[in-house]
Amino acid sequence: MTAAQTVPAPSAPRPVLPDAVLLQVAGLGKSFTLHLQGGVRLPVVANVAFELRAGECVALGGPSGSGKSSILKMVYGNYCADAGSILVADAGGPVEMVGAAPRRVLRLRRERIGYVSQFLRVIPRVPTLDVVAEPLLLSGTAPEEARRRAAELLARLNLPERLWSLPPATFSGGEQQRVNVARGFIAPLPLLLLDEPTASLDAANRQVVIELIAEKKRAGCGVLGIFHDDETRAAVADRVVDVIRFSA
Amino acid sequence: MSTPFEPNEEQPLLQAEGLTHYYGRRLGCRGIDLELHEGEVLAIVGESGSGKSTLLKLLSTELPPTSGQVSYRMRDGAMRDLATLSEAERRLLLRTDWGFVRQHAEEGLRMTVSAGGNVGERLMAVGWRHFGEIRDEAGDWLDRVEIARTRMDDDPRTFSGGMRQRLQIARNLVTRPRLVFMDEPTGGLDVSVQARLLDLIRSLVAEFGLAAVIVTHDLSVARLLSHRIMVMKEGEVIEAGLTDQVLDDPHAPYTQLLVSSVLAA
Repeated sequence: MTAAQTVPAPSAPRPVLPDAVLLQVAGLGKSFTLHLQGGVRLPVVANVAFELRAGECVALGGPSGSGKSSILKMVYGNYCADAGSILVADAGGPVEMVGAAPRRVLRLRRERIGYVSQFLRVIPRVPTLDVVAEPLLLSGTAPEEARRRAAELLARLNLPERLWSLPPATFSGGEQQRVNVARGFIAPLPLLLLDEPTASLDAANRQVVIELIAEKKRAGCGVLGIFHDDETRAAVADRVVDVIRFSA
Repeated sequence: MSTPFEPNEEQPLLQAEGLTHYYGRRLGCRGIDLELHEGEVLAIVGESGSGKSTLLKLLSTELPPTSGQVSYRMRDGAMRDLATLSEAERRLLLRTDWGFVRQHAEEGLRMTVSAGGNVGERLMAVGWRHFGEIRDEAGDWLDRVEIARTRMDDDPRTFSGGMRQRLQIARNLVTRPRLVFMDEPTGGLDVSVQARLLDLIRSLVAEFGLAAVIVTHDLSVARLLSHRIMVMKEGEVIEAGLTDQVLDDPHAPYTQLLVSSVLAA
């Protein structure tokens, strides 16, 4: 089959993003329907709208339960949105995350969007160094180079070298969080989502994460984050989007 | 030419349309559509009797559909309706481009043939003739699946459950297939043995860019190994999508029940 046959003409006008905008969220809504609890519907957020530009860090603010994590998860494609649009800048132009096919979401995660979750999801038997190196390996970096970069990051985050060859399953919360941060920061992706990346870290390691975020911003990366402590937020965020405005 | 929305959209490797099977009057599965691309791992989950094993048999041509169609992109690039393959073509596909890892190793291995023989047999089926080369390649594969070479001449009856599953994997992957079907590959194994096997499957799938269809009732296996998931109930697909999205934000009542029924260790 020739290429011409496999490429259908776009049926809708192609969306456009203003210059340097990496992420544009508009009209975004989310609720949960709990079928096991008699179908009760929990509204989370409605009409979420904001933009994120290259080199900028936007913090999502608001009390716990206001939907900050849900917004991050929708941007990452981990939660389904009920309504609205999430446009992500991509090499060939903006891509719509809402309703995107799984293959497209996975490609965007490989090439465009990094994510540091609150908790590390441990993979049995995989050594810490490989857990951290994996995002680079997936984007085609040679294994030796990927492991070297992983070691560099783990060293900066003060994770003792004797732990690098062990799977992180038995690590403390703070150690697992640093593995998670290293894994999220290793790949040079243009968009970085951070869900309380410093929650269980001591002051010294919190400072390392603040520096890492600053470096990402200088490299032109857009950072969207939830930061529980005011000090970290003040140090990294250029502006705060208060999620209370979007309560459903 | 205008830029396409998704420039990397290529043809699927495996495609099913309206796949339906009845055992007499009893429904196996009904109206299943799916596409699987190269390097993609699809998990099919659901309880016993949900039709997931029937679907796997239909996809792998072990069972003829009552209606519907399965197509596969052959190595020459041509998309073929599997029902139109000759028996010789079908056998060649099963022995070379496909693998099938079964829950019960005795169905996937030849239990009275040595471990080396089990692996070498697939090579001979694709034309390898030199005994020394076959033995070397079989030995390499035993290394990969962490079976000591000293066990090469033993038959799998003397192997533990976990070793038998690893031998099945070596036997299936030695011909470098593009697609592997797995039916509850970790079923009935101790958890520590499961973890080792899952890690092995995970790394081999990534290393070879294998496409796989994995039937499992274990959601943690699906989460660890698959990109996409299909949830089946009473012979039909009730929810499908990206694995972490379906497991973290399940929409169908039955999927919510499945996810909430998992015991956290």
